[in-house]
Amino acid sequence: MEHTVVSASKFNAWFGDNHVVKDVSIKIEKNQCVAVMGPSGCGKTTFLRCINRMHELIPGATAKGSLKLYDDDVYNMNPIYVRYKIGMVFQRPNPFPNLSIYDNVIAGYKLNGLKMPKAELDRIVEKSLTSAALWNEVKDSLHKKGTFLSGGQQQRLCIARAIAMEPEVILFDEPTSALDPISTASVEQLFHELKENYTLIIVTHNMQQAARVSDKTAFFYVGELVEFDDTKQMFTAPKDTRTQNYITGRFS
Amino acid sequence: MSDKNKRLDLSYSQMKWETIFKRILIVMSVIMLLLVAGTLVTLIVKSMPTIKSLGIGYLWGKVWDPVNNVYGARPFLMGTLLTSFTAIIISTPFSYAVAIYLGEYNTKGWLSNLLKNTVELIAAVPSIIYGFWALFVLVPIVRSFEMKIGVTPYGVGAFSASLVLAVMIIPYAASLGTSLIRMVPSPLKEGAYALGATRFEVIRSVILPFTRSGLFAGILLSLGRALGETMAVTILIGNTSAIGNTFKDVFFGPGNTMASVIANEFSEADHDLYYSALIELGLVLFFVTVIINLIGKRIITKYTNK
Amino acid sequence: MDARIKLRNTKSILFKALIIFLAFVITLPLIVVLLYIIKMGVVQVNWSFLVHAPTPEGVAGGGIANALVGSLLMVGMSAIVAIPVGLLAGIYLSENPGTRLAYYTGLCVDILQGVPSIVVGIVIYFWIVKPFGFSAISGSIALAIMMLPIVVRSTEQTLLLLPDSLKEAALSLGVPYHRVIMKVIVPCGFAGILSGIILSIARIIGETAPLLFTALGNVYISTKVTGPMDSLPHLIYFYSKSPYQDQIDQAWGASFILLMFVLILNITTKLITRKWNIQL
Repeated sequence: MEHTVVSASKFNAWFGDNHVVKDVSIKIEKNQCVAVMGPSGCGKTTFLRCINRMHELIPGATAKGSLKLYDDDVYNMNPIYVRYKIGMVFQRPNPFPNLSIYDNVIAGYKLNGLKMPKAELDRIVEKSLTSAALWNEVKDSLHKKGTFLSGGQQQRLCIARAIAMEPEVILFDEPTSALDPISTASVEQLFHELKENYTLIIVTHNMQQAARVSDKTAFFYVGELVEFDDTKQMFTAPKDTRTQNYITGRFS
Repeated sequence: MSDKNKRLDLSYSQMKWETIFKRILIVMSVIMLLLVAGTLVTLIVKSMPTIKSLGIGYLWGKVWDPVNNVYGARPFLMGTLLTSFTAIIISTPFSYAVAIYLGEYNTKGWLSNLLKNTVELIAAVPSIIYGFWALFVLVPIVRSFEMKIGVTPYGVGAFSASLVLAVMIIPYAASLGTSLIRMVPSPLKEGAYALGATRFEVIRSVILPFTRSGLFAGILLSLGRALGETMAVTILIGNTSAIGNTFKDVFFGPGNTMASVIANEFSEADHDLYYSALIELGLVLFFVTVIINLIGKRIITKYTNK
Repeated sequence: MDARIKLRNTKSILFKALIIFLAFVITLPLIVVLLYIIKMGVVQVNWSFLVHAPTPEGVAGGGIANALVGSLLMVGMSAIVAIPVGLLAGIYLSENPGTRLAYYTGLCVDILQGVPSIVVGIVIYFWIVKPFGFSAISGSIALAIMMLPIVVRSTEQTLLLLPDSLKEAALSLGVPYHRVIMKVIVPCGFAGILSGIILSIARIIGETAPLLFTALGNVYISTKVTGPMDSLPHLIYFYSKSPYQDQIDQAWGASFILLMFVLILNITTKLITRKWNIQL
């Protein structure tokens, strides 16, 4: 069904006086996989981090404009609640080193002191790890610490951790740039499966990845949203010259 | 849906606790400020009687006679400076040797670790233990030494105190020096070696000049430690508040430092002027050690930021 | 040409020998002191020594239980005060570097670290002893002030070493700031923080000067924290001035016990940092 999950209207963000996101307006629909690409410093990551209100945690960072989750402006909501509803996976896998795999998955509950019956937690752990295609590999070592996992496995653990919160949207900040090609492939495979239940927004530096996994792609350039279109369209017949130049490798 | 509301409510109460927590963090930091400010204020206020009635001359006065209400701090200033500087002079070659050895000749391995840990252990031993041991073992030795060189064999005095102090302060300059020497960039040293310099020459003309102010900071920190050291000195210094006539008397005979006279006489002080005279010594000690430590630390941060 | 180079090389070798000599010679005083304390002190230690209070002067027997209990109690009380305050101040410093408060707090921590312990004793005398009398509590507070700088700095430095990604991961899950700090950041820095705490305890357990005018001393075994209490370092100091040989002997024994405490604490710290640093 067409239901706009994330929408921005003339949204701006600054680091101090540095205007990094300029008047961005976009509508992202439910169960889509949207890639956000652009050259370094174009504001794509900053915009992403505004969606779950991580941007403001940096001293001097400000934002203005409308950024909505469904019909609620994210900046009028309680930021803790926003981050509960919108999950994030980071560039470098960051499972908690002092927690076991099991505890990592349910970290969102455990760290918040939310008491739940063990059976329920077991169910969540299995479901999340399965959705992250990690269950079979770790089901016998759930109570070990995750340090022995490979990079790709750790990243899938982080994805499972985000999924366990049953968010509406999952944001990915260059999720495979620190991974080897095989791990990258396994994570990209996940995107196809995840979008059935979640809306995915993936910032990527890798054009081929955007072309491979996304339904729609947004192209950012120097803080502006230059073009937002179906991925197929964007990569075969981009409408803006800047998009064209980026895709053909004039700059990267 | 009620789950959503529960979660939303939780988020709001969590936000409240976030603010409370951040405020608590600030309060704890402010406590540090208050402790320092309070210390300074207390010391100043309680030294006021002496400051008012004796002024700056107090610090230079030669006679300390509480019974007759005469106060002069010169014996203690001298005692403090004498013991501290003697300790520095004695300890510096050794601290530098440790620093050069651990920083340049032998930076890794079991022997290096052994020496490093041993030197750190010197700092870990409580000063009262050094003082106690020295009183019963070192002092008799010093006594016979003094008889040999023809000085009144008190045993206790600035000499014994300086010796023990020297050992106690070695770790401070040594560990700082070690870190600094290890930080000397290899290209600098390699350039000198490539020109045919011997190891000694590289140390002398590259490493030591490079770390010069840092090593000086290490001396400052050791000095700060020596100035404030109380117990070992109190046990060994002999607790006499008069100045001897010759250097030999002063150095080998009993005396007092600012810290030791406070330790000995504070509980016996019975009237305001006596109290405030002692406290003013504490105030001087506070200022001097704080300034020395801050200068030392500033030099060090300049190094680690270079 | 050859002779010159030979001379320089010889100088270099001699220098190295000198350095090695000086560096290792300095371990001798320590070894001598340690061996002496162990030799003179270990013979004093027996069950009675540990559990009995001192007997009146000149009477044989008795022990150092008053000082032993006192030291443990006062150090415990100091830790209870200094650990939370130091930990939280250290967290503030590591989380807010660059703020004015952080700058001045850091400055004050450095100042506190350099203040002579006798001065701390004087100040606490006026703050607490004058109004409330000599007490173990006043002694503990003086000791706590001396513990604080070490706890604050080691907490700050440990936490600064943790990667930002840890905090980000927790925050992105909708975990509030205080829980992120206390349930993720502090546990991950546990080893460093703990070794700082142990080091600070090792430092104050041997401190005498701050206790001279605060906790005073007490010949009876006392657990009354609102009254005077003895401590190991104070007993050693007090007995060092004594004309009675048996008190001096007991001071050797107390020195031995104190030394053992300090050694064990320091070794524990080294083991912790070695074990966990490898893991991290």
